[in-house]
Amino acid sequence: MNRREILRRSAAAGLLATPAAGLLAGCATSGGDDKGDAGAYKGTKSEQNPLGVAEDAPLEVVIFNGGFGEEYAKAHEAMYKEKYPKAEVKHSATQEISKTLQPRFVDGSPPDVVNNSGAGQIDFNGLVSQNALADLGELLAAPSLDVPGKTVKDTLLPGTVEVGSYDGRFLVLNYTYTVYGIWHSTKLFAERGWSYAKTWDEHIALCRQIKAAGIAPWTYAGLHPRYMSWPLISTAIKLGGPSVALAIDNLEPNAWKSDAMRTAADAWHQIVKDRFILDGSPGLDHKQSQTAWCQGKAAFISCGSWLESEQKDVTPAGFNMTVAPTPSLGSGDKLPFEAIRGTAGEPFMVPAKAKNVAGGLEYFRTMLSRKGAQDFTRKVASLPVVAGATDGVELPFGLATVVKALDASGANGFNWVYNNYYRKLERNLVDAACGEFFSGRISPAEFLDQCQKGADSIAQDSSVKKYKRAA
Amino acid sequence: MRHGRYPLILSFLLPPLALYGIFVLSPYLQAFQISTTDWLGYSAQADQVGLANFRTLLHDGYVWNALRNNAILLAVVPVVTIALGLFFASMLTMGGRKGRAGVTGVRGTALYRLVYFFPQVLSVVIIALLWKEIYSPTSGLLNGALRAIGLTSTPAWLGDPRFAFWCVLAVMVWSNVGFYVVLFGAAMQAIPRDIYEAVLLDGASRATMLRKITIPLLWDTIQVAWIYLAIAALDGFILVQLMTNGGPNFSSDVIGLRMYDTSFGSENKFGYASAIGVAMFFLTLSVAVLALRTARRDRIEYS
Repeated sequence: MNRREILRRSAAAGLLATPAAGLLAGCATSGGDDKGDAGAYKGTKSEQNPLGVAEDAPLEVVIFNGGFGEEYAKAHEAMYKEKYPKAEVKHSATQEISKTLQPRFVDGSPPDVVNNSGAGQIDFNGLVSQNALADLGELLAAPSLDVPGKTVKDTLLPGTVEVGSYDGRFLVLNYTYTVYGIWHSTKLFAERGWSYAKTWDEHIALCRQIKAAGIAPWTYAGLHPRYMSWPLISTAIKLGGPSVALAIDNLEPNAWKSDAMRTAADAWHQIVKDRFILDGSPGLDHKQSQTAWCQGKAAFISCGSWLESEQKDVTPAGFNMTVAPTPSLGSGDKLPFEAIRGTAGEPFMVPAKAKNVAGGLEYFRTMLSRKGAQDFTRKVASLPVVAGATDGVELPFGLATVVKALDASGANGFNWVYNNYYRKLERNLVDAACGEFFSGRISPAEFLDQCQKGADSIAQDSSVKKYKRAA
Repeated sequence: MRHGRYPLILSFLLPPLALYGIFVLSPYLQAFQISTTDWLGYSAQADQVGLANFRTLLHDGYVWNALRNNAILLAVVPVVTIALGLFFASMLTMGGRKGRAGVTGVRGTALYRLVYFFPQVLSVVIIALLWKEIYSPTSGLLNGALRAIGLTSTPAWLGDPRFAFWCVLAVMVWSNVGFYVVLFGAAMQAIPRDIYEAVLLDGASRATMLRKITIPLLWDTIQVAWIYLAIAALDGFILVQLMTNGGPNFSSDVIGLRMYDTSFGSENKFGYASAIGVAMFFLTLSVAVLALRTARRDRIEYS
């Protein structure tokens, strides 16, 4: 065979290869067609087993190995196994949920329980629009595992069902209750004789005082500047009422440019204008800024209630971190000063194509039992969405202030969900706008314009499924 | 022997070809196929949309912004890296002053070579985290040094759209130079000493020596370096993702990060991400072909 012949033959082989590859590609994207219920595990429903779990069915749980670790999940799995000794529970933990599980979703063989969290989280908009999640409605109606006379729904904190619902179907169980607020160290404040300001004017006066004392009043995660959108939107909601958030979530035209948002952005611009932000904050990531705050370089930082466990290693003893609501703008505010943003976070889901859907729901029932919830609180020092889970558990300082703030906020608590509906809007677009705004490169009006432009681009993108929520 | 040839060739060629086909070619071809669908990545459902993804791509401002940054990388990184690599390599092999006619490196050549090569040993992830700390505005080494020499207002490096991209670019050059110092150094060792001695006797300066002798004789190696660096410049993903995640305000975005963000990050549009990937494939291919074409010269052989 001469060289020319080899070339000719390899060209022919190349031609042959193309249809074969097409077949392969066909396999990759068409695998796991609806197999119906074949191979799914089902048991008989009874009073003891309201969800109809097959006793000997294996259960596979995948946990996001982040701030909470995976020990709490192992404890829940042990509780499940206690009830169903014949079931084999397979546990795994990863930091890359999306990349690890993507092929299994396509293949139609996802695990039974997924803790879809962290930076590698799968976008919920995509999952929901592809009907990849099992409806958890049955779980809500089932009786609680160890609170007699109550259904699972009765034991949940307010807002848990709403935040996990898409077009009225409860699809995502957010297991922790997260409070978003402004944090300060009561130790530092006591030493200096400062007290947390309840109105915006007082807040600015306090910032002036703090700056005069040689400490920067504020710092923030400049590489994830969306952390600062939380107090800004909160201020607007307290001024204009929950409808401000509703308009943003429903992508209403000019929702970001409402009067309340405008006033709030103007107010927050003050801390930029008066240079109340620690020099260099725009170049810090969340850990770096939180650490600067723990070192006493800055007095205030905006974060969620995971802050305490995230900063555990670098917080000085007796630092006493305390969460507080955003200051009120004035007497015209629709919500009182105590109103704080609280929402269920740390999402768990059961894939629609999981083999053991009933087992997954039953696992959630175990997590939401009083025993499971208290164990979680003890292990990771965070609030689960189960009411009364902290009773009889000694809380660390920061978490105790979170519980107090929630109690004070009561029925005035508020929340928004556009970040769940349209991940890109918060993570990319509002994030970029916040970066420009809080580093002083754009004005409040330009900031709102940029956010609105982002929201409009999502609204016009026909490839993104839209959700509406009612007040 | 003639009869036994085909089974032999087949048994040696087919397994590797099959592996190559399954693990290299077919994913590429699949990407082409997926790029014509609206596949969202978490179910088997995908509808053909023809070239709609590519049309969207043409009008996607974020993609163009990322491409612009890649173009800057492409223009700057190979030139700076090769220039620095050549400079350091020639200093290490012929920069010494000892004996005017002799061709030796500066004192401590072996140590320098080791130090230059060091970044190459570190994982890119470590390099990114290391430099993120160095650039940190409050506790970083860089601003510490600037403050030590008396500057009061120090920049927020990675948080400032004027600097963030160039900070990443500098790290890219820093992490690559060492490898090319060693590569060029090895190639320079292969150049016969007599040539240098001859031109030195003729009175050539070191700069002339580099320009007229070393570079032409190293041309093949430089060409390889050029292509490698050009392809690396079209990537830049890991450094950008870990150091700035494309920010602030998309000022340090690159096309690879756009693709990642579209599939695993803020959305999961796998069809659209594949379209970005296909565009990247053609870009990289054309850059490689262009680099090969424009850099082609007659080969010089020592006799």
